[in-house]
Amino acid sequence: MRGLVKAGAATPQKRVQFDRPLTPWLFLAPQLAVVVIFFYWPSVQAVVSSFYIEDPFGFGSTFVGMENYTNALTDTRYQATAAFTAFFCVVVTALSLGIGLLLAVKADKVIRGAGPYKTVLISVYAIAPPVAGLIGMMIFDQHIGPMTALFGFFGRDLQVGVNYWDTTIAVTTISVWKQIPYNFIFFLSGLQTVPVSVREAALIDARSGWRRFRDIVLPLLAPTAFFLLIINITYAMFDTFAIFDVVVKDKPANNPMTLVYKVYLDGFKGNDIGGSSAQSVILMLVVAALTVVQFRFLERRVHYG
Amino acid sequence: MATVTLSAVGKTYAGGVDAVRDVNVDIKDGEFVVLVGPSGCGKSTLLRMVAGLETVTHGEIRIGDRVVNTLDPADRDIAMVFQNYALYPHMSVRDNMAYGLKNRRTPKDEITRRVDEAARMLELAPYLDRKPRALSGGQRQRVAMGRAIVRQPSAFLFDEPLSNLDAKLRVSMRGEIRRLQKRLGTTSLYVTHDQLEAMTLADRLIVLRDGAVEQIGAPLDVYRRPASSFVAAFIGSPAMSLLDARVADGRVWVGEHAVAPATVPAGEVTLGLRAEDLRIAADGALPMRVDYVEELGAQRIIHGFVEGQQIAVTETGADSLPSDLRLAVDPGALHLFDVATGRRMDEAAAQPARELA
Ligand SMILES: Nc1ncnc2c1ncn2[C@@H]1O[C@H](COP(=O)(O)OP(=O)(O)O)[C@@H](O)[C@H]1O
Ligand SMILES: [Mg+2]
Repeated sequence: MRGLVKAGAATPQKRVQFDRPLTPWLFLAPQLAVVVIFFYWPSVQAVVSSFYIEDPFGFGSTFVGMENYTNALTDTRYQATAAFTAFFCVVVTALSLGIGLLLAVKADKVIRGAGPYKTVLISVYAIAPPVAGLIGMMIFDQHIGPMTALFGFFGRDLQVGVNYWDTTIAVTTISVWKQIPYNFIFFLSGLQTVPVSVREAALIDARSGWRRFRDIVLPLLAPTAFFLLIINITYAMFDTFAIFDVVVKDKPANNPMTLVYKVYLDGFKGNDIGGSSAQSVILMLVVAALTVVQFRFLERRVHYG
Repeated sequence: MATVTLSAVGKTYAGGVDAVRDVNVDIKDGEFVVLVGPSGCGKSTLLRMVAGLETVTHGEIRIGDRVVNTLDPADRDIAMVFQNYALYPHMSVRDNMAYGLKNRRTPKDEITRRVDEAARMLELAPYLDRKPRALSGGQRQRVAMGRAIVRQPSAFLFDEPLSNLDAKLRVSMRGEIRRLQKRLGTTSLYVTHDQLEAMTLADRLIVLRDGAVEQIGAPLDVYRRPASSFVAAFIGSPAMSLLDARVADGRVWVGEHAVAPATVPAGEVTLGLRAEDLRIAADGALPMRVDYVEELGAQRIIHGFVEGQQIAVTETGADSLPSDLRLAVDPGALHLFDVATGRRMDEAAAQPARELA
């Protein structure tokens, strides 16, 4: 729908003419309905209920003003979760971008034989997050997991789902593992757009491969990297939900989790709709702030074209 | 500045394509050598082997007194100008030119001096802080030239540097490259498929065909004494007309028409005739049927047939032409080629092969 309207605006002579002014709205209706029902309405609901305390048995709700917010922000467990989320985002983003780039650079060198290599790496991405979580869980399993055996070999008793840091290692590893292929594909196609002759000119200008990479290839990869940075932060914050759900579910409370998972736990498991709503509104604000920061400050330093 | 010496150089690509075969050339210090030949004949491959962008599978390449076969491109002390300019899109014009020098630890003020001098030479001074995308094709080409010049290398390598420019710009850049090269005195190897570009630029031409050298020589020598029918047809515009002929009784015959005396052994030959060596004359030896005329202003090219074979004649007249003419041939202007090998048949040492030095 958007495409149609846009194309019409760009080339007026091809504009689609509707006889009745109502017709375009009919076409737009399903799209608008989806946006309103699944996005605006819940958002408004969340904002509204974040100012109320709901009776756990459903007997109405009480207006409490900012109390839900102040409760959340002063709660040490919330602060710990926020700190963990920030840490988790940085580590997952850095590792999955770094490893993805490294693999892409290596693959780019042997690109003619990269068919099977690419397939193997993409296949990991084709696994949906819950499955990745399950497979990861198996790898980290207390009794049969090879990772547990590996850590055991080095004298460490890995207790995923019980020990805070062991769970952190597991969740981080699975999250990074799942995101690498995505970054790899984008970096690889980004590398392929660096013209061969530009690389060859650099080959004549600079002896050191690292310098050529740093001075020529990396700057030309910057738009891809910027795009992936946004995608990866979003991924680490939100899309790792399913992985946490599989690893952490029904386990003692001494487990790390992201803010998103806490919204879910408090709201749906803890039945604290008001507090959970306040948390999700805070998350919305964080995302909005991140978006602004990314586009205002980072994008300017990125070379496009 | 240095000599560039190719000894028995060859290239076999993985898959068995012999792109270059047994090339032997000695490029003198300061010489401008042009590699010319039709598309796919191995020109770029040869040039890229000199640059180090392609491995050398046979033979030896020397730049100065160093064998460079296994040296990295950056260590060969060459600079290359690419067809599509290959500028670094994220760097300013100044940085594009300075990058190679920075990596060689050239002192800062020396870099500035060289870049400014190159910019002055190439009239790029107003654009030094622009990115390549804000430049026209011709300006980008100049930046690519500047990048090569500031390096002050032993040799310049050019791979069809003018092919992406429009016809007019190509002619003016051609002159500029020639002037710059003379002024700097840098040994140059230049690749082009355009025989006119090759003729006008070269101190010496190397005509390549299917990866092998067909002829090496000064442009005029190659033009006047092409070593094979391939070179004859490739160098010069309009192309030399090649006719099936035969030698008998000490003369060359086209069909039933005796063209001129010849001293080569009797038998079938290929007769080459340059358009400007033919004259329209009522008593000419060859009858020509006119097909069409190309008016070029200063002269015109008359295309037609002699005994059913294509031929072209240039003349300066402006009168309308009858449909049947007779052509006179200067006996000294015959080129005879072996039918089987295409090689030039020398008129029994009548002309020494001095040009093929
Ligand atoms: N990387 C390659 N692998 C295999 N064959 C190649 C490769 N590059 C060029 N060739 C072949 O080598 C021959 C010469 O190519 P090239 O040197 O590019 O010709 P030119 O520059 O004269 O047009 C061509 O037949 C081409 O197909
Ligand atoms: Mg080429």
